Parts: sequence; structure tokens; C-alpha cells
Amino acid sequence: MAVDEKMEADIKTGAIGLPEEGVEPAASSRKPKKRRRLKVAHPERCIGCLGCMFACSRTRTGTVSLQNSAIKIQTQGGIEGDFRVVACRACRDPPCARACTTGALEKRPDGCVVFHKDLCTGCGECEKACLVGAISLGKEKKPIKCIHCGACVNFCPHDVLTMEEIPAEGDENAAKGSVH
Amino acid sequence: MLRKVLYIDLSKGESWIAERQDLFEDWMGGTGVGIKLLQEECPAGTDPLSPQSPIILSIGPLNGLFPVATKTVATFKSPLTGELGESYAGGRLSLALRFAGHEAVVIRGQAERPVYISINDNDVKIKDATSIWGIDAPTTGVILRDREPGVGRRSIIRIGPAGENLVRYAGVVVDTYRHFGRLGLGTVFGSKKLKALVISGTEHVDLPDPRKYREVYNRLYATTVKTDVMEKYHDIGTSVNISVLNWLKGLPTKNFQLSSFSEGEKISGEMFADNLLIRRLSCAGCPIGCVHIAALKSAFSTHHEFEVRKVSYDYEPIYSLGSNLGIDSAEGILQLIDVCERMGLDVMSAGVVLSWATEALEKGLITSADTLNVPLKWDDVEGYAKALENIVKAPNEFYSALARGVDYAAARYGGSEFAMALGKNEVSGYHTGPASIVGQLVGVRHSHLDNAGYSIDQKAAKKPMDPETMVDEIIKEDNSRGVFNSLVGCLFARGVYTEDNIIDALGAVGITKSKDDLRDLGRRIFEEKYKFKVQEGFDLAHAHIPRRFYETVSTLGKVAPETVEEMLRIYRRKRGWS
Repeated sequence: MAVDEKMEADIKTGAIGLPEEGVEPAASSRKPKKRRRLKVAHPERCIGCLGCMFACSRTRTGTVSLQNSAIKIQTQGGIEGDFRVVACRACRDPPCARACTTGALEKRPDGCVVFHKDLCTGCGECEKACLVGAISLGKEKKPIKCIHCGACVNFCPHDVLTMEEIPAEGDENAAKGSVH
Repeated sequence: MLRKVLYIDLSKGESWIAERQDLFEDWMGGTGVGIKLLQEECPAGTDPLSPQSPIILSIGPLNGLFPVATKTVATFKSPLTGELGESYAGGRLSLALRFAGHEAVVIRGQAERPVYISINDNDVKIKDATSIWGIDAPTTGVILRDREPGVGRRSIIRIGPAGENLVRYAGVVVDTYRHFGRLGLGTVFGSKKLKALVISGTEHVDLPDPRKYREVYNRLYATTVKTDVMEKYHDIGTSVNISVLNWLKGLPTKNFQLSSFSEGEKISGEMFADNLLIRRLSCAGCPIGCVHIAALKSAFSTHHEFEVRKVSYDYEPIYSLGSNLGIDSAEGILQLIDVCERMGLDVMSAGVVLSWATEALEKGLITSADTLNVPLKWDDVEGYAKALENIVKAPNEFYSALARGVDYAAARYGGSEFAMALGKNEVSGYHTGPASIVGQLVGVRHSHLDNAGYSIDQKAAKKPMDPETMVDEIIKEDNSRGVFNSLVGCLFARGVYTEDNIIDALGAVGITKSKDDLRDLGRRIFEEKYKFKVQEGFDLAHAHIPRRFYETVSTLGKVAPETVEEMLRIYRRKRGWS
């Protein structure tokens, strides 16, 4: 259940992306290149335990925190209302990266967005650009961004969350990728 | 982890924060810290409804950090029993306190006019609540949600009209559907003119060893969700016990005149789950989702116009407002639970008060002039709903007496032999045998959850147990629950938190304890609580046991008074009180 070493190392170096993916898509690879993304499959099944949020902050930052979680469970009219699951959609044309004024959020050729902490000025344009609300500035004024690692999925007791594979960008089948 | 106490004085309109490392080191947190703060704050003989009477909320070192460590304990002087008040609630409160950075909150004094307290990290504001005084508990939550920050990470706890009007068993509604139900915390809120607390925070917790923490967390999480330790709470929920206890002759019915209900199938947990359950919710940090919500749909015209109310239910309200009142419809029970939710009444005390009143009317101890012609009779949902509202409004002496609890009402009108309270607290839904009676009587807060005597009886039903063994089990639970309630975990997860697991979890957050340390802590907490109880007049040797317990057959057959007396003798001896 714990995230593997490679992933932890990846978090520590700040290279936010998917460790199992190659940085550059190999044009000559035989299989279609895939990347994994988090999918909110059944938001209506959420019971509001916040297990995903704790998994996220625990795994990504080694803290216990709601603020440090990239996935967010919001209430709408208290717990009598329905829960809203706010999660990064791994956009094909990510507005957060487009809005970034310094190149701190960079879209890699395979479609993943990486975050270069040293370039970030904390301007908050990325936060404004995402209508979903999936990227937000933390206490240090740096974006808290989903890296689609799947840690949250393992701690959802009701299958609200799942991981899905989509074609990596740059791949010939990329255009056929599903949208959620 | 900072271990701070937030003090708020409503008389002076001030608040301050004190670091109390020693207190938390010696007493862990939760109920251990709660009882010590109560001793500090509440001089002997304090009127529970006076400004000198404190409210203490506390959490422990595992809250927010480990699965199912989701509770907050409130410690106070009970206006119902006049001695130790202790009540637990889930929801999001413990998490909100954790991230606001306060492991305990002490509220002193009395406001001049209605107020609510807004706590956002270290920012504490006492705000005017005149415009929401008198508003029901759910609506109060709706209003404050729009006024206060912290969506998704805050907790809103509030009272309804019952607390404002000082009904002695008024509760505090926590985040909707969860409650500090028992022993009148809501009454103490009302006496302080304190309508609500809104708590949110943005702190986080750094861990001494994140890798070890993750390892222990993952293990406890897996135990919680993947084994059958908590199976009962996954599916039907606590209400699964209606059928079980009905079959075992342990389900109090019509004020304990019977221990099984002929109509039990109509109000069983299975019946609720199959026909009325619409969703399940969870306290923050618990993957179980034991909070069962039913939709109560009722037509208010013949033109297909409906009211829909979402009502949470559990075993205890189905007993107290159901079988105990002879009510044979699940919808009827939901209707009464909903009245208690809105008024902010403890469902258990309210049900027992009504069942006593019903029998008292039948027996002619009271008249319809006393009830103001409200028909208090078994299975009369509308009558009971009206009576609950009257208890809150207290339009005459009779309803005022009911508002002071069943012990008081029986002292005034008679019928103490069927006034079902132990230690002046209206009893929970078990007539399983002597361990349930003795357990609730000796328990620090006179709750079935102090030591789970009902569970000991059920074990004895499978394999006979002598009185001494029963007492040993009660003492073991009394003490070990003191430790677990210092953490503060949900008692439903007590099977997950073995001594070894508690030690590992504490170790992962930098607190080193041995088994001996924990056992010593449990014993010390129990002793401190009893000191307070005795100081405030509780006398186990002379505590009243309603005769009804001995008249109605239980799971273990008819309970002989001699058995209970013998168990109490053994208990006092083993506690060193002879």
C-alpha cells in the first residue's frame, strides 16, 4: 500500500510526474505509450472519510494535513449534502501550465505536468486557471498539485477513485484518449 | 506536536492559550486530560448551571493521525446527575481541533447575551448569537456555515431549544447527525448562553518518522477495512442489534415491562436498511461509514407533495424511541428522532422519560390534566412528538419535571421502581442481565459504554460466568476504556486498537509507552474520576436500582437482586472501597 521507493525519490527531487514513465516518449517504442491518471469514478459513493486526503498529504509530504492534499473532498451544505470530489483531471491542454508565468509548471512531451519549485514565484495564476479547483497554493504559496500517483485510491473504502490509463501524448493513439 | 489548552472566558470575553506539556505527558489526552482539567476548573459543590461550571473539550495524541481515532470528549459537571459529566462525539470535531492546534478547550464563565465562539487556528472570537437564539439545531448549522470560514475542514457544534431552555438532558449536535448526547452538555451550553462553536484550522502535523508512521497507519487501516473486526458497523450498522437482542430477550420494550418486542421485525435494522436507508456517512478519518441516514418521506397534501427529511438512526434511538415506547413503525421512530435532532435532546434520556410517563399515566400517578391532554400511550407517535416539544417548552409543572430527568420526575410523582435510570442517568437499551445493570451503575458516566456490561452478559449467555468473573471483566473494561478514551478513539474500533497496536501508534508519533504504563494510566484515570464523583455526592453503596430490572426476564433469565448485590460487593472489594 505504501508508495514505492522510486516514487518517494521522485517526490523528494521535486520531479513531479509519473516515475514509471520515460521522460521522453520513445518514437520507436512498439507498444502505445500510456500514462496513468486519477479518475473520480463514483463521486456519489463518497462517505466523507477524507482517507484520500490524508493518504495524499502523508505520501507526498510526510505530514498529516488537509491543506497539503492535492485531492479535496468538499461538502456542499454540510455533511447533509452531497460530497464533491475535487481532483486533477490531467488535462491534455493543461490551463495551469499555460497560465504559469515562469515555467514552473511545465507540460512534458508525454502530457504530464511537472513542477519546478525553484522557478515558482507563488503568483497563483495556476490556481485561477483551473475551474475545477484542483490546484491550489499551500501555506508556502506553492501549488499543491496532483501527481497521479494513486496513493489516494488505495485508501478509498468505496471505490470512488480509480486509476485509468490513457495514451501518452506524442503517441499516435493520443487523440483517441478518453476524457472524463 | 504542540500540546496546548485554549482557555475561553465568556464572562470576561477573553481567551488565551497555555502550553501544558506536563498535563498531556501525565494524562495522555482526551478523557485523562479532561478529568484533570475538570478537577482544576470545577470546585466542589459547583452548581452545574452557574458561570463557575466549566466545559472542557479534549482530544488525544492519535486524533486525526490514525484511522478511527475520531472522537472528542466533553467533560463537565452534569446537570442531570449532579456529578461527572462525560460525553463523546465524532463528526469532524477532533480533526478540526487537531488542525486548529488545540488539544483541549476550556470554556469558563457565562455570556451576558447569546453568543457563539468562532475558533480559527489561534484566532478566537466571541460573537453575538442573539439572532439565532431559539433556532433549531440543524438550521443553526446551516446559518453558521454561511458566516464562518473553513469549508470542508471545520466543525460546527450547536445546541437547539432544549439546551437553551435548560432541559437537563439537552445534547450538543456535532456537524449534524453526531452528538454529545448524554448527561446534559447542551444544558451547560445553554446556561452559558453559548449557542455554538465553530472550529477550523490550517495547521498540519509533522511526524518524527514518516516512514514508520505510514507503516503503522497502513497496518491499522488494513485491519479496520479488511478484517471482520468492524464488520457489524459496515453493513446494517448498530441497529443490527434490534433483531439480535429481541431474539435474546434483551431488548427493553414498553419501559422494560418486556424484554422482547412482538413487533420487533418492523423496526429491525434490516427493515431500516432495506426500506429507508439512503446513504452512509463517516466521521473524518474513519473508512467505515457507520452513520446511517434514512429518508423520511411524508405527504403534506393529497397532491403528491412531500416533505423529505434525512434522519440518522442507530440502535439506541430505535430502542429508546421505538421498542421502549411500543412503536412498531420505522417511520414513526424516525419522526421522533427528528424532533430530538431539531430540539437538541438526548434521544436516550428522552425516550426513557416518555416511557416512564406513559406507565405513570396508565397507573394513575399522573393525569391527563398533567399531560395537558397529550395522549401518552404506547405506539402513539403524534402524542410522543407533542410531549417532546412540551418537555422543551415546559408549559406546566409536569413537563418541567420531565425536563429534569426520570429520576427527578419519579421522586416528584412516584413510580421510582420503574424509573429506568442508574446513577440518575436514563439507561441504555439492554436488559441482558446483571453485568449490564452493575456495569451501568458503577460506570464513571453510568453509560453502557463505560464497560460494556451488556456484552459480558451476552458472553455469559454462551458460556456461564460467575459473578466474580463478570466483575473482573467490568473492571478490565472500565480501566482499558479510560486509556482508549484518552486517545480518543471510537469505541467501535476497540477491536483494532489492541494494547500492542496502541503502543505502536503512539510510538509512531513519538510517544513511548509500555503496557504497564497504559494499565497504570487506565487505573489512575478511573480513580480520578471516582474522586470527582464522590466529591459531588455519588455513593455507590446507596445508589438506586429500579425494581423493574428484577421483575422482567432478561437474556440471562430473571436477575436476582442478590446477584447484583453480590457483584457490587465484589466490585467494591476489588476496587479497595470496602
